[in-house]
Amino acid sequence: MLRLFFAILLTAVAAPAAAQETLQDILQSHAEEVADPGRRSVGVVIEDLLEAGVPGAPLFLDAWQNREVVLNEGDGLFYIAGEEEGGMTVLRDIADGAAVGEAPSGALSEVRPNGGVRRVIGAALVQFRLSDPDASTRRRALEAIARRPDADQIEPLAASIEAEESPLIRDEKLRLLNILTARYGETTEERVAAIEAMAGSITPDARAALSDILATRDRIVPAAEAEEPGALPLRLPRDEAYARLVEEGLAPPLVTPAAIRDAILANAEGETVAGLPLAAMDTDAARREAYDRLAAEGLVEPFVTPEQIEAAVAAHRFEASYTEGDPQVIEAARAALGSVETQVVLNRTADLALDALSLASIYFLAAIGLAITFGVMGVINMAHGEFIMMGAYTGYLVQQFVPDYTLSLIIALPLAFAVTAAAGIAMERLVIRHLYHRPLETLLATFGISIALQQLAKNIFGTQARPLTSPDWLSGQWVVNELVSISYIRIAIFVLALVFLGLLLFILNRTRLGLEVRAVTQNPGMASSMGIDPDRINMLTFGLGSGIAGIAGVAIGLYAQVTSEMGANYIVQSFMTVVVGGVGNVWGTLAGAGLIGVLQKVIEGFNPSNTLAAQTYMILFIILFIQVRPRGIVALRGRAAEG
Amino acid sequence: MTLLEVDGISVSFDGFQAINGLSFAIGEPELRAVIGPNGAGKTTFMDIVTGKTRPDSGRVLWGETNRNILGQSESAIARLGIGRKFQKPTVFEDQTVRENLAMALKDRRGPFSVLFGLPADEGRLLDFAEEVGLAAQLDRLAGELSHGQKQWLEIGMLLAQEPRLLLVDEPAAGMTPAEREHTTDLLKRLARRHAVVVVEHDMDFVRRLDCRVTVLHEGRVLAEGSLDHVTQNQDVIDVYLGR
Amino acid sequence: MTDAALPLRSGRPPVRRTSTMVFLVALAAFAVLVTVLAGADMISTSFVKLLGKTLCLALAAVAMDVVWGYTGILSLGHMAFFGLGGYAIGMWLMWARTEAIVASNLAASALPPTPGELREGIGGQIFGVVGSSDIPLIWSFAHSLPLQLAMVVLVPGLLALVFGWLAFRSRVTGVYLSILTQAMTLALSLYLFQNDTGLRGNNGLSGLQNIPGFPAASQAQISIAFFWASALALALGYLLFAWVVSGRMGSVLRAVRDDEARVRFLGYHVESFKLFAFTLTAVVTGIAGALYYPQAGIINPGEVAPIASIYLAVWVAIGGRGRLYGAAIGAIAVSLVSNWFTSGGAPDLDLGVYEIRWTEWWLVLLGVSFVLVTLLAPKGLGGLVDLWTQRRRGPARRAAYGPDTGAKRPEEGAE
Repeated sequence: MLRLFFAILLTAVAAPAAAQETLQDILQSHAEEVADPGRRSVGVVIEDLLEAGVPGAPLFLDAWQNREVVLNEGDGLFYIAGEEEGGMTVLRDIADGAAVGEAPSGALSEVRPNGGVRRVIGAALVQFRLSDPDASTRRRALEAIARRPDADQIEPLAASIEAEESPLIRDEKLRLLNILTARYGETTEERVAAIEAMAGSITPDARAALSDILATRDRIVPAAEAEEPGALPLRLPRDEAYARLVEEGLAPPLVTPAAIRDAILANAEGETVAGLPLAAMDTDAARREAYDRLAAEGLVEPFVTPEQIEAAVAAHRFEASYTEGDPQVIEAARAALGSVETQVVLNRTADLALDALSLASIYFLAAIGLAITFGVMGVINMAHGEFIMMGAYTGYLVQQFVPDYTLSLIIALPLAFAVTAAAGIAMERLVIRHLYHRPLETLLATFGISIALQQLAKNIFGTQARPLTSPDWLSGQWVVNELVSISYIRIAIFVLALVFLGLLLFILNRTRLGLEVRAVTQNPGMASSMGIDPDRINMLTFGLGSGIAGIAGVAIGLYAQVTSEMGANYIVQSFMTVVVGGVGNVWGTLAGAGLIGVLQKVIEGFNPSNTLAAQTYMILFIILFIQVRPRGIVALRGRAAEG
Repeated sequence: MTLLEVDGISVSFDGFQAINGLSFAIGEPELRAVIGPNGAGKTTFMDIVTGKTRPDSGRVLWGETNRNILGQSESAIARLGIGRKFQKPTVFEDQTVRENLAMALKDRRGPFSVLFGLPADEGRLLDFAEEVGLAAQLDRLAGELSHGQKQWLEIGMLLAQEPRLLLVDEPAAGMTPAEREHTTDLLKRLARRHAVVVVEHDMDFVRRLDCRVTVLHEGRVLAEGSLDHVTQNQDVIDVYLGR
Repeated sequence: MTDAALPLRSGRPPVRRTSTMVFLVALAAFAVLVTVLAGADMISTSFVKLLGKTLCLALAAVAMDVVWGYTGILSLGHMAFFGLGGYAIGMWLMWARTEAIVASNLAASALPPTPGELREGIGGQIFGVVGSSDIPLIWSFAHSLPLQLAMVVLVPGLLALVFGWLAFRSRVTGVYLSILTQAMTLALSLYLFQNDTGLRGNNGLSGLQNIPGFPAASQAQISIAFFWASALALALGYLLFAWVVSGRMGSVLRAVRDDEARVRFLGYHVESFKLFAFTLTAVVTGIAGALYYPQAGIINPGEVAPIASIYLAVWVAIGGRGRLYGAAIGAIAVSLVSNWFTSGGAPDLDLGVYEIRWTEWWLVLLGVSFVLVTLLAPKGLGGLVDLWTQRRRGPARRAAYGPDTGAKRPEEGAE
């Protein structure tokens, strides 16, 4: 019958209303059935309603189902009941919900469909919504089904598929139908086929459906009872098994220290309990003895002895059985879940890889400037982190003056480069130049600059974090599927890292400056005798390295917050990256950033809630790694590297 | 008796073959001069014997038991009795001559022996200082010494280690003729009881040493024998005079 | 070595002995002065504590000088050892005090408490802040003062031994070693910051100023006692290190600093000597920390953060490396001046357009002055002593402190 009903319903929706009847007219013609609907009679109303194709039917059905429809005795018309105030109830039109007047509450009789009727109405509503001309309504209806799957939804869902125009929604409908069939299908074959079709699907609702099918219930049965076919024996540790027996009321509870204490206090007589002084109750042994005496007198339950526990556990069998009764379905679901889990692991790995890649790009960006100053020039710059911070604050300042985020970003990137490059050059000229060949002192002097810059930023910008807002086209994320996604900012940072990798390789390998830098690095004396001014080269190299830190600062500021301490968070990591990768080599830095990024994400993967632990273990790994490869991943080989 | 035998060692840096199947042996006592043009592998040869550089292949055998000492640390090799004097004098400039010599004096080398051990034997220390003519300079900082004096101090430190094998890299560089003579005498005297390898550019100096000469070229032994013998060798002439 | 009757320990310049005497006498005079002033109520208890803490920092700085100024290892991890010493003693202080509190709370109940109930109470009190009442394994010895005192020495010592062994055997030197020590420090502080590692996460240990077993002692008395303990520890530590850096040991350590490759060719196992210096100074620094934190009253993971160790290096550099009294003077001067500025003691400077509040600008001043000291006065405050004594020998140093370059610098192999 239901099937026929839906067939009619479909044609009703498909064919626009020809008659000029209103909703109210139709209801009036079935006034009795509407006011007091029964399971049989309601079908007639809905049939007519749909046949007419009048607007407002879903709203009415919704209100009808929620028991909001009233019959106004005054005019005999149906309304949706609105707010009630002072004995008067607002009346709303049943077709569009607009307030049309009010009536004394006493004159209204509520229409109260029973549970069975409401389910019929609900199914009709689902059908209505699934066929709604508005795609977003259809999508919402599907989401509702996915949230609360129900056997009744199979038919309306199946019925709505044929007429679906949007291929995307159609796929989704088919998918949901499949899930519903797997759970509630009528025949074993139907269900097994549906389950097999779900293999490899990683959507959460599919996984939930499969695990629902495979849900088990733990049971405790007397050991003597015959085994139920398909039941899985549970192997529980003795204490847990006994705890379950206690929970089920099948065994007396163990006497806890707190229970002993309470029993002693409850049975204390003056300064003694069971003939023992209370003052002596300062060890567990003494208290147990007192409790034993109380038990011997029959005042409290005796201790449960290990033998009793053993016996109680032995007298019962602990097993789990599937709630699903069909073994073929269980078998199919198990196989499907296995393949689903494989897919999930693969996708999680892919997601982790994306995360690791983006983290590696951030480390690369943060470290590459350092790799130039530290790796190429042998100068250790503890203020590198503060250059990153300066770049981020530059971006923040630009946004204060240029409200268009895209434009401000375009201005901020080169400006940050210019600002930090200038700062780097100033530092090189004023301080570092005088400390070449005293690397430890360079380290300390630049540390002095670092704390001064950090405090300066704090004095200027305050301690609270400043936002660096990304343009709209960078917000949001690229979603591959339920498990794999990455935000656009991270993609942008990855691209930026690639650009810088290419740029640096170009500058160092293909330009005059790069040639001169390498010449000065390898043999300053020879270089200067060939007309290269090492002073100038050092200055430019330092400017380049610092400038890149500034750009990294803008990039990092976009996804993290801008604070005066943000640089300090990256400095140790950056040094690690350079050292692990191998000094004096852009590729080394890339390898170092890759290794550290991947490693950190992998360690985090084991315990996602604890990034602190992940960092701790990563640093320990790095310390050990340097044991194995003291010169880093990409090591300079040969005589030059002999130390 | 052979004290040190270097057997077929090769090492390359970034594709540059610094040592190429070099074999070399020296007995105890013996004085040997090693000559060769720049880049012949003299310094690398010493680096390998003293453990600073690990060769790609080959063996370095030491002492009566012919033990392979490759892979041992520099300090362990030094403790076996191989002492080295560097081409550029490397003394500890921030410390006095006395401290430099005391550090080199043959004694137990572990940190706790050094910390709790008896003070340096002043008598022995003075002997070595006198040997190298620095007895009057004991309390001066090594950094204040002249270049020649630093050379002497370094030789003194080498002597104080009392090694069985002395590897001496250009000992006469920066010395006056009189000092050179003294150095020659000293090396000859040492060679009566020890094995001494002298790397030198200066042919006159080598001639005065009057000992077997090994000529290195491109990481190999080109010729070996008395100075007169090797200087008549056509290969050696080619290498030194060019073709 | 036959009849070594000659009583000479060779090569120790007399000035070192003199400076040790002068330093110890000055320290004793200072301690007496502070005691008298405190007794006469002319300085506050908190100021006595500040001075006591400063002496502990001076001890750490002296140790740092041995490992850096003498041995050439710029360790950016010594304040981690300092913190570990503090944590080790702090665990006992906190346990013993909590035990007393819990015992007195439970004494009011009808039944005398069992050991189990006591432990439970202590666990709840100490670890309630991190949402737990279980007592972590690392607190196993916390009930015992002797065991925990052993931890003050053992924990920093073992960490330094293992870390140093790993680092030195792979011949990591120069700035690389500094970065590696910094990484160690960062790892340790991140570890301590975690709630589930058993040391109360970022809450740290608190209430350490109350010394269990002396319920009647006032904070004034405790502060003087710890001040004297700190002064004594500084004196003993100074003597120990003065002994270590004299004679052949000091000679070898300075040689390692200036040219470790050359020391190897002399037959010394350089790594053992570095490890010796690193571990010994770590232990002494740990002891200094164990004396510092009862005076500070609280320790948290922030104290172990890498920046603290860099400050230690800064003090030593400002005081003057390579002379023990320089390090002590540097630590005392900078930390007292720093305290004066940050506690609002320094008068604000009104420039008309802008008022410089030193609580905000002190770090800028410190940073800049540190750069200036490094550039213009590499000998630090200790250099003033040279000017004053006027009798110093010859030209200043010829070689830079520490190995000239990191182990992986290309030109190193080129010799």
